[in-house]
Amino acid sequence: MNERKYPPVTELGMASLALIVAGGIYLSAHLPRHVPLGPAVALLAASVLLLVVNIVMLSRIRDFAWDRFFAVAKWSLLAYIVIAGMIEYAFLKDHVSGGSLLVLTLSLAVFAVHVPMLMGFTVARYADTEIRVAT
Amino acid sequence: MTDMAISPPAIEAEHAPPAGIERPDFEIVPRRGLVIVAVVAVLLIVAIESNKLWPLMFFHVAGGAGWTIIDLFLGLILGPIIGRMSIPARVEFTTRLMPKMVLIMPTVVTATLAAGWQLGVKLGTVYSFNPLHGWVVASYIIVGVMAVLALGLLEPANIAVLVELKKPRPNPAVIERLMKRFLYCAGILGVMQVATLVIMTKLASG
Repeated sequence: MNERKYPPVTELGMASLALIVAGGIYLSAHLPRHVPLGPAVALLAASVLLLVVNIVMLSRIRDFAWDRFFAVAKWSLLAYIVIAGMIEYAFLKDHVSGGSLLVLTLSLAVFAVHVPMLMGFTVARYADTEIRVAT
Repeated sequence: MTDMAISPPAIEAEHAPPAGIERPDFEIVPRRGLVIVAVVAVLLIVAIESNKLWPLMFFHVAGGAGWTIIDLFLGLILGPIIGRMSIPARVEFTTRLMPKMVLIMPTVVTATLAAGWQLGVKLGTVYSFNPLHGWVVASYIIVGVMAVLALGLLEPANIAVLVELKKPRPNPAVIERLMKRFLYCAGILGVMQVATLVIMTKLASG
């Protein structure tokens, strides 16, 4: 199988997700005490930065199967918006508020965008590998 | 269900599939299964809203058991077996298994984690003053690592395998590569599930 080179979208996506997961663990590990938001904000900022870098790298790929990418990403996005909405509802029900709520909501936004992007990318990168038929 | 055959004489590829691969027709996301997922989701929300011990415990234990067993069985038992199957058998097995995994895994994981969090709030184990809090934080870390692996590698591989299988002439090399990624990942998650079992039995026994 001739493998075309792609930028490390999956690796950066996983690193971005790991950063917001770490921020979430940091915040939840301190409950119910007041927790300094600095480390969580720094982790979120790094995660957002990786998301932006990933979007830029992805947009610069030439001859990419964008139709396949969007076909998968849009439905995944819908599913992950529902999941993120349910998690947000849980935060509100548990009376999370202020800075913590803002950090967690933005983390959910990164999660809801990055996971569908990874799914779309993984599908689209193999879009042209269909076996050719001899004519 | 109709079956499609991939006829090998016409195929020109490095990894051409052997004669007569039967590829059952399938839906990437089985629509009928979505009804069951919706019912589970509604019951889960009712359980969390009611905040009663038994429904929360049920969803957390039943979901957790399903999650752990599937990961262990898939990664450590089924994975090596699939690896030794012939390509046609592997393709047929994958076609029948993977659409179900698209629905089962997110459902059991969501039920386990959502009910588990609410249970922790109710029992006080998520609060930092609880003597068992260190164990709970350890479980956050394990679940966090598992979530990153599942969301970054496992789920995309699952969907990509199904999209590849939907093509008129799927490439076995791509399927094999993605299935390897899926099964290795499930194996790692299975091993991490053993750590989860240690933590959860410790929490349950106090």
